[in-house]
Amino acid sequence: MKSISAYAIPVIILVVLIAGMYKGVKVYDIFIEGAKEGLTTVIRILPSLVGLLVAVSVFRASGALDLIIYAFKPLATALSIPPDALPLAFLRPISGSASLAMVSDIIKTHGPDSFVGRVVSTMMGSTETIFYTLTVYFGAVGIKNIRYTLAAALIADFASVIASVWACRLFFGG
Amino acid sequence: MLNYIWFGMIVIGFAVGMMNGRIEEVSQAVIDSASTAVELCIGLLGVMCLWTGLMAVAEKSGLVKALAKIVRPALKFLFPDIPKDHPALGAIVLNMVANFFGLGNAATPLGIKAMTELQKLNPDKNTATNAMSMFLVLNTAAIQLIPVTIIAVRTAAGSKGPADIIGTIWMASSCATAAGIITAKILAVGKRRLR
Repeated sequence: MKSISAYAIPVIILVVLIAGMYKGVKVYDIFIEGAKEGLTTVIRILPSLVGLLVAVSVFRASGALDLIIYAFKPLATALSIPPDALPLAFLRPISGSASLAMVSDIIKTHGPDSFVGRVVSTMMGSTETIFYTLTVYFGAVGIKNIRYTLAAALIADFASVIASVWACRLFFGG
Repeated sequence: MLNYIWFGMIVIGFAVGMMNGRIEEVSQAVIDSASTAVELCIGLLGVMCLWTGLMAVAEKSGLVKALAKIVRPALKFLFPDIPKDHPALGAIVLNMVANFFGLGNAATPLGIKAMTELQKLNPDKNTATNAMSMFLVLNTAAIQLIPVTIIAVRTAAGSKGPADIIGTIWMASSCATAAGIITAKILAVGKRRLR
């Protein structure tokens, strides 16, 4: 199964280049021209990314995130989210690398094939790092008013947390 | 909105850090994260150029347009405001494909390319359009064919069935996607009425 991902990139590149040649596109010249666009875009993202990462790291290092998790414990119990999985539900939308570290830690403590282990694996795999995605994508084009985007993304994230617990119960029992 | 969230996270963070006696850690985190942002950007720079370059070739050859044609009905429902044959649709499709195959390195540059195209259709350059919001929501709940990273973590931890969670991940991310699409659609309509 892993080989699909390994083949995907060469196949995509080959298809693009062969289709370009076939249609008489000067593939190298156009490639260089397009690649320049990537350079300016990344530079445009940097300021937003610095802003985001600073805020997230302050929030985490200070223990403010732990406070929120503590406050939400009763709600998690009511929704039958395993208490050990709760911190991840909050960390997942904020920081991808930190949540991956947390998942590894939970899996090491409880075992990868335990109920909690499977729930956190599912949560990790079923959503993206919302804050990072919003920052990079909106930052790249200079949007300041994001309207309802964050609200909709957080609702989708909440749905994935509930669905992760529910799907694991359905598939594996427990 | 972002202004308040950003301000709130930093002020609350500093306040809690002072009360916790963790102000040293907080100071260190500020400096470290600023450099991390630069490292992330440098890491992104090469692949970004690679994929925007390839996208330019794919666009010139008409490949992007052909691809967008195949999934037109779904795109029409999700992005009613984008005119057909607009390059934004092609970039959106390629971003979805890259996400589906777990090609994070390709998905981000293609997604940014899609945003750039969507921005061209935007009458108010500071404010997100409905199409942008929908696109972002789809990206935050991206459905992945094979969640490679998490399977690797589970394998490393000695799991008997590291790929067992593929089914539950598909289910959970489908739920997330559905919830996101419905919410975005409802909020888009709500906003239009207010205008």
